[in-house]
Amino acid sequence: MATVSLDNIKKRFGPTEVIQGVSLDVADGEFIVIVGPSGCGKSTLLRMVAGLETITEGELRIGDRRANDLEPMDRDIAMVFQNYALYPHMSVAQNMGYGLKIAGLPKAEIATKVADAAKLLQLTELLDRKPRQLSGGQRQRVAMGRAIVRAPSVFLFDEPLSNLDAKLRVQMRLEIRELQAKLGITSLYVTHDQVEAMTMADRMIVMNAGRAEQIGTPLDVYERPATLFAAQFIGSPSMNVLEVEGRDGALWLGDMRLPNPTGHIGPVMLGLRPEHLTPDPEGAIVMQVLLAEPLGANTLLHGKLATGQGFTASLPGVHALSHGGETLRLSISPANMHLFDTATGARLG
Amino acid sequence: MEKRVTFKGWLLPLCLIAPQVFISAVFFFYPAGQAVWQSLFIPDPFGLSSQFVGLGNFEYLLGDPYYRASFLTTAVFSTLVTLASMIPALFLAVMADRLVKSAGTYRTLLIWPYAVAPAIAGVLWMFMFNTRVGVVSWYLGQLGYDWNHVLNGTEAMGLVVAASAWGRISYNFLFFFAALQAVPRSIIEAAAIDGARFWRRFFTIVLPLLSPTTFFLLVVNIVYAFFETFGVIHTITAGGPQQSTTILVYKVFSDGFVSQDLGSSAAQSVILLLVVGLLTVLQFKYIEKRVHY
Repeated sequence: MATVSLDNIKKRFGPTEVIQGVSLDVADGEFIVIVGPSGCGKSTLLRMVAGLETITEGELRIGDRRANDLEPMDRDIAMVFQNYALYPHMSVAQNMGYGLKIAGLPKAEIATKVADAAKLLQLTELLDRKPRQLSGGQRQRVAMGRAIVRAPSVFLFDEPLSNLDAKLRVQMRLEIRELQAKLGITSLYVTHDQVEAMTMADRMIVMNAGRAEQIGTPLDVYERPATLFAAQFIGSPSMNVLEVEGRDGALWLGDMRLPNPTGHIGPVMLGLRPEHLTPDPEGAIVMQVLLAEPLGANTLLHGKLATGQGFTASLPGVHALSHGGETLRLSISPANMHLFDTATGARLG
Repeated sequence: MEKRVTFKGWLLPLCLIAPQVFISAVFFFYPAGQAVWQSLFIPDPFGLSSQFVGLGNFEYLLGDPYYRASFLTTAVFSTLVTLASMIPALFLAVMADRLVKSAGTYRTLLIWPYAVAPAIAGVLWMFMFNTRVGVVSWYLGQLGYDWNHVLNGTEAMGLVVAASAWGRISYNFLFFFAALQAVPRSIIEAAAIDGARFWRRFFTIVLPLLSPTTFFLLVVNIVYAFFETFGVIHTITAGGPQQSTTILVYKVFSDGFVSQDLGSSAAQSVILLLVVGLLTVLQFKYIEKRVHY
């Protein structure tokens, strides 16, 4: 078990800087999720922690050791890959015991440790099978098993669930989280799925274009997104963003008058989460509803505002739409209004 | 659903396979049949008549110490050629796989020897090791080693093995290199994280994953050593000294066309035919099953 600390980590491939200085302190036993769209550098960041990519600049510490120049095997980490990376010619037991065998442990001890891990992951029946005889979920478990057996200080997960079907993904998500909590091993988990990030993370890093947009607890990121990008990336359906203008103590969107929680003057980006909108006959937001998606527990209403911008509202329960094109008046509490700088996207207030 | 083209009549499919059937018939079935037929006869010294002897040629061959020696020579030769062409090829492929820069140039240069025809390769090696004017034998002489493959059977064998294996290294390199590139990066990375260093990873992970390629090359190279090294042997040693490099195929040639013993030569061809058949059966039987992990 160990802490991990990244101090202004940078990665350059030639002239392009793919990681532009990420700093993060991971506490012992913490579960950190690195989330972002594809190409944001999240996997590169993880691979630098693993030692599979060199660190161009900055310092990485695992435990109390500087790890920049350590070989992957000397970093006391274990990694679960997106395609599981199981050794196809070895049985499940051999796959799980490979690291221990390399470390030179006696056979009996390897067998015990593998058996223990297999029991924990319900793999005992499968120990003699080859990877190709396993289902996707089972392979995923074997990859986890291989990581657990070595009792590393840090777990690294590189989109481990993205090859599984939706139902299995939800199940494995819980299993991984439970297992990590039970073993108390510091973990870094990369995903592009914001639901995984929200549900699994102790803290998450929202990454975009090689930068950490925000580091915080899931609720923190949801309730107080630090940037426009983080605001739009986290939350489903994603946040409505409107360009409004602050004047006369209010925010104006065309001739719609909204409260101005920060008193900002001039043009500003306003973010409104669809689920924070409430129907209100007096509401300032007038939306023309074009399409309804009933999800059972709530209904997504897609449409546009008088200014022509697309707009989505999520209302609890079932909202039957008699026909397209009806207008709906909505309001929102000032506490749920997020303002961002037009130029930098940084949060205001 | 299996997709297959179906024909209405017989004429078109027959026309389509006719060229292949024709070529096989003219260049394979007809000569093979002739060989089987001729193996049952002994021609007289002038080639004017021949006498039916049944399996006499085979009986004589199997009792002939020279023929049995030739079997041994072939076994030694093909084993050495296969090893000498596969091991360096694998080593070079592993090294090329590690290269990031200029891998393309390196690869191209390594492939070049494959373009050299066996007879030309033979002449090349023959000149290099020529006992009187050869560059290599001169240097060996300077070092105090008296190279003479014309008299020394072991040296002759070494030389034909080197000349035969040389061009094949390129061929094997290509296959090994392609197979190495197909090994998933993440598996290697997983092994690195598991603590295996380069050569350990190579022997426990990479080599097993290469086994289908290795087996394929093994078969192909043995067949090559058996049948396609005629040019090399003919140019360098002509089977000598004292038959020490006379492999089975060369003996077919020298007995049949040099000594004009067509009956025995035909019988040897038939035996070779059986050997190839056996190799092919083995290949198909095992390549499907064993090597696929």
